[in-house]
Amino acid sequence: MKSDNKGWSIAYWIVVLVMLAVGVVGWYWRLTTGHQMSNYGSIIPWGLWVAMYIYFIGLSAGAFLISSLVYVFGFEKFRPVARLSLFTALVALLMALLQIWVDLGHMGRFYEVYTRPHFLSMMAWMVWLYSAYFLLLLAEMWFDTRRDLVRWGQRSGFSGFINRLLALGSKDTGAAAAKQDAKVVRVLGTIGVFLAIAFHGGVGALFAVDKSRPMWHTGLYPLMFLLAALVSGGGLLLAIYAFFAPDRGSEQHKSLIESLSKLVLGLVLLYMLFTFADYSIVWYGAIPLDVNPLKTILAGPFWYVFWIGEFVLGMIVPIVLLGLKSTRRSSWWVGLAGLSIVIAFVAVRLNIVIPPLSVPELAGLAQAAPSPRMSTMYLPSVMEWFVTIGIVGVGAAIYALGYRLLPVKPQVSK
Amino acid sequence: MPEIPVIQQMEDVTARLMDDLQRALKKPPSERRWGMVIDLTKCTGCDACTVACKAEHKTPPGVNYNLVLKTEMGTYPNVREVFLPRPCMQCENPPCVEVCPVGATYKDEEGIVVIDYDVCIGCRYCITACPYGARSFDFGEWYTMGTPEIAPYETAPTFEYGEERVRKDDFSPIGNVRKCNFCIERVHDGLLPACVTTCVGRARLFGDLNDPNSLVSEILRERSNFRLKEELGTEPKVHYLT
Repeated sequence: MKSDNKGWSIAYWIVVLVMLAVGVVGWYWRLTTGHQMSNYGSIIPWGLWVAMYIYFIGLSAGAFLISSLVYVFGFEKFRPVARLSLFTALVALLMALLQIWVDLGHMGRFYEVYTRPHFLSMMAWMVWLYSAYFLLLLAEMWFDTRRDLVRWGQRSGFSGFINRLLALGSKDTGAAAAKQDAKVVRVLGTIGVFLAIAFHGGVGALFAVDKSRPMWHTGLYPLMFLLAALVSGGGLLLAIYAFFAPDRGSEQHKSLIESLSKLVLGLVLLYMLFTFADYSIVWYGAIPLDVNPLKTILAGPFWYVFWIGEFVLGMIVPIVLLGLKSTRRSSWWVGLAGLSIVIAFVAVRLNIVIPPLSVPELAGLAQAAPSPRMSTMYLPSVMEWFVTIGIVGVGAAIYALGYRLLPVKPQVSK
Repeated sequence: MPEIPVIQQMEDVTARLMDDLQRALKKPPSERRWGMVIDLTKCTGCDACTVACKAEHKTPPGVNYNLVLKTEMGTYPNVREVFLPRPCMQCENPPCVEVCPVGATYKDEEGIVVIDYDVCIGCRYCITACPYGARSFDFGEWYTMGTPEIAPYETAPTFEYGEERVRKDDFSPIGNVRKCNFCIERVHDGLLPACVTTCVGRARLFGDLNDPNSLVSEILRERSNFRLKEELGTEPKVHYLT
């Protein structure tokens, strides 16, 4: 992936291949034994997979919204990472779709969401909206890269072949066509902003409308999901751009890193404020069904998911590294801050999904017919981990291949 | 529908309930509103209802249509156990129905919240949405899993919703969400739900809430009663007598 260092590239591919091998085992288990080897149940019906799904989909929406800063709102400063953001959004979306598909009890019936629409269901809306978003992403990417695809298509070898194929027969590399492309991208990007807000706000609403889970049932949720998307997507871009950009060390890279850092720092602080608003009010209200999940988050058996994951990695580390002038100017520290955020948001997503489910809606529900499927404790099973690791492997492989074969690298401006 | 003789003798609660049932079945389905009344002063927490339900629907481990929730009140030696049988509430405004992305679960014309096993995609959103924990996911497990043979009583066909189904491989209802349906297939045959028939204390009553002369309607007029989490606006059709 890193063009100037073969050793890193080999290490990267070894890790990816191991992940893919682990994934094959996980998917084999899942497809042959169904849900038997999973650890979620009927008290906690959603686990790692749903958490990772909202994580990936958040990365996608966040990366997309950041790309729109350039395509729609004209912040030319971010131009070098705009296309990479789009590509990141696309790969993250693919991972999200794989992840939620494998969670279904009947994977073969997913199409029913289209053929049997239920208009009251936020989940149905979410599926329709991200389907539209998926198509839009493909179209926007195509128009944005079209000229480069045509140019790269003249290369020999596999890269040339792939680019020729993706160019879909288009040949025009003239300035007029480029102008036309930019116009289309701008229109698509504008629609995309609405779509991304609708669908990711919709993911938040999917939880928020659930009145039987008071901790989810807050008007803050759709907004927090959008903000979380921006923070995690921003963190991912920060890490990728800081570590892998071809123009590392240049003045442009330095100044863009600093601007991105300030943007992400602001988003992190805003997310902190939202989290405080949400948690403090739940705490003050002290309604058992509402506050008990929060107590589980803060002081339950998995306290470290919040304190180490969310608080230290997601707040303290990025605030320090992106806040101090000295570290903000070093792409190494900034990249680390981005990575820290990317990891922290797995914790954020786990805490959104699992603790609010771990408190049964009626007292005594878990004890009435004791069974592992009626447990208030949940740790993902080996099969669940393997499936998810496989999906991350697929995403990492597609990302690295695309990075090498397609015109998506951060662009060095003339 | 098989001919069931109408029982005229009114002394026995069960006989009265079956009599009520016959009357309700003569009405068009949309005019019936099935409801359950559970007398908490009579419940002894014996779990016979849970067992009868298991036997009736052959539900696998972790799939519970009916449960009896037990809470300890006070501290030893001044202690008492309180029992709360919990079938599906068959809400008038079921939150589980709203959230289903494919409309696989819906309230039928008799007011029963049903699941179409052949449509349900197994996303489990409805489990999170039920305020009463009345829904379970069928993981495809067996009580006798890991023994030399899956016991025949586990693989025998079930007749939920009047459809004969054998659980195996990944065929529905495996991979689906499942729930209590007031034994509607029994009710259509003139039988009471299995939990009502079996209740040793006659704590469970079942009938048509739209019929002012049914025992359930009568008793709800006379005795003080409550429903679970009424503040959510779900309008449950399971009433508890205190």
